[in-house]
Amino acid sequence: MTAPLLEVRNLRVEFPTRRGTLLAVDDVSFSIAPGEVLGVVGESGAGKSLTGAAVIGLLEPPGRIARGEVKLAGLRIDNLPPDEMRKVRGREIGAIFQDPLTSLNPLYTVGQQLTETITTHLHVSQQQARARAVELLAATGIPAPERRIDHYPHQFSGGMRQRVVIALALAADPKLVIADEPTTALDVSIQAQIIQLLKRLCREKQTAVMLITHDMGVIAETADRVAVMYAGRIAEIGPVADVIHRPRHPYTGGLMGSIPSMEHEAERLAQIEGGMPRLTEIPPGCAFHPRCEKAFDRCSRERPELMPAGASQAACWLHDASGGKAAA
Amino acid sequence: MNAVLKSKAEGRAPGEEIVKAEGISKYFDVSPPWLNRVLEGKPRTVLHAVDDVSFTIRRGETLSLVGESGCGKSTVARVLVGLYAPTKGRVEFFGRDLAEMNTAAGRNLRQKLQMIFQDPYASLNPRWRVAEIVAEPLKAHGLMSDPGQVTARVDELLGLVRLSPADKVKYPHQFSGGQRQRISIARALATNPEFLVCDEPTSALDVSVQAQVLNLMKDLQRDLGLTYLFISHNLAVVRHISDRVGVMYLGRIVELAPKAKLFASPRHPYTRMLLDAIPDLDMTGRARTPVAGEVPNPLNPPPGCTFHPRCPHASERCKREAPVLKFHRRIGEEVLVACHAVEDDRIG
Repeated sequence: MTAPLLEVRNLRVEFPTRRGTLLAVDDVSFSIAPGEVLGVVGESGAGKSLTGAAVIGLLEPPGRIARGEVKLAGLRIDNLPPDEMRKVRGREIGAIFQDPLTSLNPLYTVGQQLTETITTHLHVSQQQARARAVELLAATGIPAPERRIDHYPHQFSGGMRQRVVIALALAADPKLVIADEPTTALDVSIQAQIIQLLKRLCREKQTAVMLITHDMGVIAETADRVAVMYAGRIAEIGPVADVIHRPRHPYTGGLMGSIPSMEHEAERLAQIEGGMPRLTEIPPGCAFHPRCEKAFDRCSRERPELMPAGASQAACWLHDASGGKAAA
Repeated sequence: MNAVLKSKAEGRAPGEEIVKAEGISKYFDVSPPWLNRVLEGKPRTVLHAVDDVSFTIRRGETLSLVGESGCGKSTVARVLVGLYAPTKGRVEFFGRDLAEMNTAAGRNLRQKLQMIFQDPYASLNPRWRVAEIVAEPLKAHGLMSDPGQVTARVDELLGLVRLSPADKVKYPHQFSGGQRQRISIARALATNPEFLVCDEPTSALDVSVQAQVLNLMKDLQRDLGLTYLFISHNLAVVRHISDRVGVMYLGRIVELAPKAKLFASPRHPYTRMLLDAIPDLDMTGRARTPVAGEVPNPLNPPPGCTFHPRCPHASERCKREAPVLKFHRRIGEEVLVACHAVEDDRIG
């Protein structure tokens, strides 16, 4: 196996508040290999976006990394001074966010924004930067890029804008792209186009992708591996087909069952009772135990760490080989 | 608990058409201000949000309208509950014109139809306690005035949506998104309605919470004999909840068919395209058919069939003449399609 490009070890993100410190991301570890797409799924509040923001150094204060480390190609980036981090961002790590309209500056043409990014990170002349910008727009499937480059963001439709954002993220040939809900604001017919585009470009350039989304369908067709997050921790991580078809953590199982399927007809959807706990009231032991049908007394006392379960790893006592309880 | 409601539900005749939309259109004037029109010679512009849409809904069934943003599905919902007056056409509800609803005699008509909105954060007054929110329709319609009676009814309604009577002293911010959506369902059920218009009721919710709300809506439909118009952009959700499905594109219904037929053998090229575009969990690793193009600007829709620039089967006729939504003998009784290619037998 090749050395991982991104390595996150025991990451912990805290929000100090007047009423005490909230743990939004708690002891999260994962790695992404070059050219690999890691999907991060979870419901709102699971900490998936904050994990992405922590990796790229864009946590909103008072949020801060309290523990752990983030390594990009073997070098720590979580403790870089802001100036240094800004060079990493854009050059080494590209970012794609949910809403293409807020990621683009409405007062500049897309060409100005692209050439600015290119000249900031690469040593090229204005003309070369412009030529590269046209190339990027063409690669993202924007028709007539030579003309469109001088248009403002409002002159593009939603799908076209997200293509521009992808072009921006890839402008400096980053090694890693963090895509936070890149298709959530788009209509289904456009979603497919954007996902395929992102996949193709990243495969061509061997870019690693951290794809953060709540949409299991998008993960199913894009990711190589998936991490399922619940209440700030990774509940399960493994190859995409295993996590989807052979979920090992009861939460993943419930989550998969609650998605209405296009293939099978069901009178009722599987239902996980209750909701994700608030950050202020995360239960002791396994955070999922109050909602879990398979919970036993150990679950409310001890917190499970990720342990091998089939081809995946799950943070669930059901898979504890030493604990005497047979794996499910 | 709801024995009264149950017996009422059983007494209803099945299959009677209770909602009938006949050629409803809704146009919005989005012209520039008068001064700009005079000085800059800008023309008046009219947005055809909904154009000549007709359908009926039978008692106890769920009709879904599905489509991408800007296709007019929410406008149809708003016309149906009387929030917008249609520019053309009429809506009949129990054989009575919906326009009557704004007269004194039409008040009891309004009790029978209620709406559930998309955003449970915006549709509940943050300064009111749950008890006040749920009891408001009872007071607005003058159905109950005795405080004891109102409290009993609020408890009953909260029970129906699986909330505890103890929740009624709380404020909306103390609930999660899914619980808030239950509160708005309880409020909608307060007047004993027969018909609920649900505009993307689960789009703002997480999947596991969406499953809870969808299951609840199905249970309530069965127990109370409710009829739903369900608006959504999510085809998988639509497939789960509906009996019949209408697919909308740029203000028109392009295909209207029973759920099983629509998903098993979609007829209109747009329906096929939409179904192809859905990521499916079983398709791990396999590429889906990419879709060409985007929805055109509704202010300046293409002539003829508005889908023709994106349609692989478009002919000269499609560019000139707008197809009508109708039955095709070859396809069978229940499926309505608006497509020249289907009519001319060019596609199956």
